Amino acid sequence: MFDVLSRLRSALRHPWVTPAAYLLCVLPLAWLLWGAANDALGANPAEYLIRATGDWTLRFLCLTLAVTPLRVMLGLPELFKLRRVFGRCTYVYVVLHLLCYSWLDMGFEWADIAHDIAKRPFILVGFSAFVLLTPLALTSFNRAIRWLGAKRWQGLHRAVYAVAVLAVLHFFWMRAGKNNFAEVLVYASVLFALLVWRLARLPLFVRQ
Amino acid sequence: MLRQYFSPSSTTGFTHAVSSEITPQSMYVQRRAWLRQVAAGAAGMSLAAWGARHAMAQTPHPGKLPALVGSVSRVNGANTMEKITSYADASGYNNFYEFGTDKTDPAKYAHTLQTKPWSVEIEGLVKKPGRMDLDDLLKLSPMEERIYRLRCVEGWSMVIPWVGYSLAELIKRVEPLGNAKYVEFITQADPKTMPGVRSRVLDWPYVEGLRLDEAMHSLTLLSFGMYGEVLPNQNGAPVRLVVPWKYGFKSAKSLVKIRFVEKQPINSWGRSAPQEYGFYSNVNPNVDHPRWSQATERRIGEDGLFAKKRKTLMFNGYEAQVGQLYAGMDLKKLY
Repeated sequence: MFDVLSRLRSALRHPWVTPAAYLLCVLPLAWLLWGAANDALGANPAEYLIRATGDWTLRFLCLTLAVTPLRVMLGLPELFKLRRVFGRCTYVYVVLHLLCYSWLDMGFEWADIAHDIAKRPFILVGFSAFVLLTPLALTSFNRAIRWLGAKRWQGLHRAVYAVAVLAVLHFFWMRAGKNNFAEVLVYASVLFALLVWRLARLPLFVRQ
Repeated sequence: MLRQYFSPSSTTGFTHAVSSEITPQSMYVQRRAWLRQVAAGAAGMSLAAWGARHAMAQTPHPGKLPALVGSVSRVNGANTMEKITSYADASGYNNFYEFGTDKTDPAKYAHTLQTKPWSVEIEGLVKKPGRMDLDDLLKLSPMEERIYRLRCVEGWSMVIPWVGYSLAELIKRVEPLGNAKYVEFITQADPKTMPGVRSRVLDWPYVEGLRLDEAMHSLTLLSFGMYGEVLPNQNGAPVRLVVPWKYGFKSAKSLVKIRFVEKQPINSWGRSAPQEYGFYSNVNPNVDHPRWSQATERRIGEDGLFAKKRKTLMFNGYEAQVGQLYAGMDLKKLY
């Protein structure tokens, strides 16, 4: 076990880990682009693209929030740098999700989009998650931490927990009409476990 | 397709497309070949062939299942001239929750459905209740081909050539009693052959309902086939309902019981999410689904990825035929 961990540790220290991680994160996007160009996304490619970008946003959100628990539990501080990779990718996929919705579903009819966001709670919730995530993505570099100060930066980035709750609610609501909650439950349980792990550690910090 | 070319423009309720837009290439190639034959002096034979073609529907058969050919329907509105959706899309992308919730699940898992033997029980407020064998149903009235638009409540649409006859033919035969006001359609729910029935997504069996006058409308089709062949399992074999002016889920598949009742039946989606799915569920661009707009739709396999979605028509374009059924009703309330 220790041997595996130490090997993992030295592998994670490799300078190519970050670029390799970015490359892996771009693979789903590459597949979607290839599929769209080659008519390989089924009978309704627009729906496929909107749903797939949403799915990948949720997956990257789970990955982002899993980094810290894994880092602490495994004692692998080297995992730290992956948090930013996954976090930025979450934002890339949510932007694509919003783009697919606005373009393929709404044809860039801005009035219709604004109406849709205001009228439909599940879209409003999803859009709020995107808005909340935007300042986090915009401050996702070292100099921003210095500008804001570590404390304030960390406070701002705690908004990711609200984003997680909103994202699951958005997905839940979208599936609610069809009573189809199996996948929603998977993401909800993963995010719930990751949040509980953090809450359980809260007393450690309070005592300090 | 020739019959489409020559058909009178009596079908109302939608804007006719320019014929050059709606005639598939294979057909005008065929037509040109025919013209060449005429020029070559084979006019007599060709005309005979053309006559036969005029009577029988000309949808190209996919060649996957036994043929079930219908004659061209004379029912008003039953022959849209829009481009027919490919068989691959119509049989590979649909909702049939008894086989899973993904729209590609029915095509993957419906092969287990047992359609032989099959019978439909007619019960409730009728003079002649009883069990009708599929073979008897098939012989009850001549088969017609009906090319209908299909609009799914999810915002996509297709154009499908169904084969069957007006449900009214069956209803007249069983003689509803005076107090029969609604018709309830009960579908097959066999957990052994339909894996989705083991899930709790809906209460099984799947139930749908129509007002008796809706069920008696000549456009309401009891369908046994599509694309000139018997229905594939995933599309509701061996017998289903097709109600073209309502959202697709109203067209119950794999029917096992037709019940005549006095009170409005509770349909499965209405039971599961009454705030989202009404009993009538007429296609209506002015009444939005709580979670999405119904003003537009995407035509499967036709509108490009970046094309704007097309406008959804009132009663799915069948307003001229069915509008009077709902005269005086507030369709915003009775959605």
